Amino acid sequence: MKISIERATLLRAVAQAQSVVERRNTIPILANVLIEAEGDTASFRATDLDIEVVDRAPAKVERAGATTVGAVTLHEIVRKLPDGALVSLTDDGVSGRLTVEAGRSNFSLATLPREDFPVMASAEYSAEFTAKSGVLRRLFDKSKFAISTEETRYYLNGVYMHVADGEDGRMLRCVATDGHRLARIDAALPAGAEAMPGIIVPRKTVGELRKLLDDDEAEIGVSVSETKIRFATTDITLTSKVIDGTFPDYTRVIPKGNTRRLEVDAKDFARAVDRVATVSSERSRAVKMQLDEDRLILSVNAPDSGNAEEELAVAYADERLEIGFNAKYLLEIASQVDRENAVFLFNSSGDPTLMREGNDTSAVYVVMPMRV
Amino acid sequence: MPSLCRDCLSHSDATPPGAAPRCALCRSPRLVVHPELFELGIAHMDCDAFYASVEKRDSPELRHLPVIVGGGRRGVVTTACYIARIKGVRSAMPMFQALRLCPEAVIVKPRFDAYAEASRAVRDMMNALTPVVEPLSLDEAFMDLSGTARLHGAPPAVMLARLTARMQSEIGITGSIGLSHNKFLAKIASDLDKPRGFSVIGAAQTAEFLRERPVSLIWGVGAVTQGALERAGIRSFADLLRWEKRDLVARFGGMGERLWHLARGHDRRRVTANAPTRGLSNETTFDTDLGDVEILDGHLWRLAEKVCGRAKARGLAGGVVTLKLKRHDHALLARRLTLRQPTQIADNVYRTARALLDQSMDAAPFRLLGVGLGALVPAGRADASGDLLDPGAARRAEAERAADAIRARFGAGAIVKGRALR
Repeated sequence: MKISIERATLLRAVAQAQSVVERRNTIPILANVLIEAEGDTASFRATDLDIEVVDRAPAKVERAGATTVGAVTLHEIVRKLPDGALVSLTDDGVSGRLTVEAGRSNFSLATLPREDFPVMASAEYSAEFTAKSGVLRRLFDKSKFAISTEETRYYLNGVYMHVADGEDGRMLRCVATDGHRLARIDAALPAGAEAMPGIIVPRKTVGELRKLLDDDEAEIGVSVSETKIRFATTDITLTSKVIDGTFPDYTRVIPKGNTRRLEVDAKDFARAVDRVATVSSERSRAVKMQLDEDRLILSVNAPDSGNAEEELAVAYADERLEIGFNAKYLLEIASQVDRENAVFLFNSSGDPTLMREGNDTSAVYVVMPMRV
Repeated sequence: MPSLCRDCLSHSDATPPGAAPRCALCRSPRLVVHPELFELGIAHMDCDAFYASVEKRDSPELRHLPVIVGGGRRGVVTTACYIARIKGVRSAMPMFQALRLCPEAVIVKPRFDAYAEASRAVRDMMNALTPVVEPLSLDEAFMDLSGTARLHGAPPAVMLARLTARMQSEIGITGSIGLSHNKFLAKIASDLDKPRGFSVIGAAQTAEFLRERPVSLIWGVGAVTQGALERAGIRSFADLLRWEKRDLVARFGGMGERLWHLARGHDRRRVTANAPTRGLSNETTFDTDLGDVEILDGHLWRLAEKVCGRAKARGLAGGVVTLKLKRHDHALLARRLTLRQPTQIADNVYRTARALLDQSMDAAPFRLLGVGLGALVPAGRADASGDLLDPGAARRAEAERAADAIRARFGAGAIVKGRALR
């Protein structure tokens, strides 16, 4: 194999590959990226056996072929090459080395045979549709903060993507929860997605997917089966296994009868929460919200280090309420609000609280209060 | 001279007359008379033949028989009751030798669970007297009761006599008290009058008390140090007093300095309450190895309940649950899981431990099962937030608290879960 490729193009491809490979890998080949050259394309494939990403980049292929080389090292090298350089990758098929040359730099890297590289079995996809990059980005960006890291409830370690009956008909919905908070994000159902089975997209896949979604208008091809999901742009294909488990019935978790309504500027609110939380160094800092007639007092009382209080003008017309929350959770949900005011709906100080942006029900958050 | 009756706890600043005075109120001869009796505050409590006493309490038919706790693999005496001690049986003696001295002795295998429970009960009683309790082992502890007289309305000596009386009536075991002005002397005192003893060493008598005693009385002076001291011609405290401090230090290093002070009855070490508890755990060893998850489950629940009972009693909660398993070949397995928030609810601990057990059943059968609670924090921060996905958890926790309240009022057996009977 012998190819020449633009440094920037190569960098993008190997960057994607090196973030998929497992750092602490015990199987050497899984640390490698498979480079295949044919026609006028070089493809870069990396996998951790759960996720596979393939990046196809234009390249001048002088001799077709394939080899595998350490993804992290190759990425480091390419990153340090000068911008605009033309990089040539040569594998003579005999020495077991890949030569990387750019300008006066010359590297020789150990390779492993391409035959050893595990290629993910292709699946029968039961639904295929396309969605705007911006739509997918919103679905996952706004839900991923609530993904659980708890190992015993492994079925919460991802985002549950499925077709749901919303208030305005069927929609594409993403839900994530860790038992403390929950995010439910809706989008219009793309044509072809109706038959999609509900699947749990693992946390790492959500992170890798994000790198494909920078261009708002790009169309992303989505293919879904019971066991796999695939996202494809024109250059990159990301295939991932889904979490084999049943996502709990989240609909029962979302409170319907909460009537006490608080409306507050999300940014002012977040800043105030952040300020009062400063006095406590505990991991789960509790912020107390005292609500009374258009007035909100936020306070933190940390017996060991101090206390803090801040008052905010808000819209609140219900009876007095005192309720506590984990400061981090409040900040996380408040930071999801970017256009309108944050609207909180409370029941009692022991019941789950609902938060949304204005009257928009396409993004709803639930957070469990904390005893203070 | 101040006196205190250990039976009726009456005390006065005057001693009843006579060569062998008796209590003016109850005529008991168990009178403590000492000029500094009501001034001293550092105490050492040592249970009498602790393991054997617990065995006699639990098996009354053993009461008047010589009992030796021990056996097991090493075949040595762990504890001998006082009847067996009369025959010359001592702790750490090989079992065959003990039986030669006392062939009629009943040998009981140790039941550490029962001892730990009795020890905990004693410790709770001590903690009620003073926050400064320094346990040395299951059956002995230092206490500093200085300055508690106003709080209790009685001087330390009275409270200590009451402690041993309560230990006897409520727990069913006896202990001996040493009362003095420092730890060194309190520990010596508790050993002077065993069992059911109460000895006082006052400041004024200290020098004279020590003078003719052997230096082996010093805690920490074992056979090796004793040999070294002997080679230097030091057998008694009087011998020690003849040495200059720097000569002792030159010969015995750091120990020399300590010896110089102890020779004069000086001991500046403070009684320090136990280092904060790092973790709580309970375990049980089965008679036969168990591989049935349903039977293990019953044990698991009881252990979780025990651990959490202790956490609740101490106002603690834990953020990490550990499961300890020993396989038939004694190979040890330990599994741990960090909780979303600290808990003291047995139901949470049980459910977490059960998930860990389910993951470990491949290694069954087991000979030992243990449940632990670690990363302890004050209970105020425990169980602060519910679980969105398990709304029943809050109700189960409430039910558990209600059951705890019932038990607190009507006794430990007043209400149990069906699961506990498995």
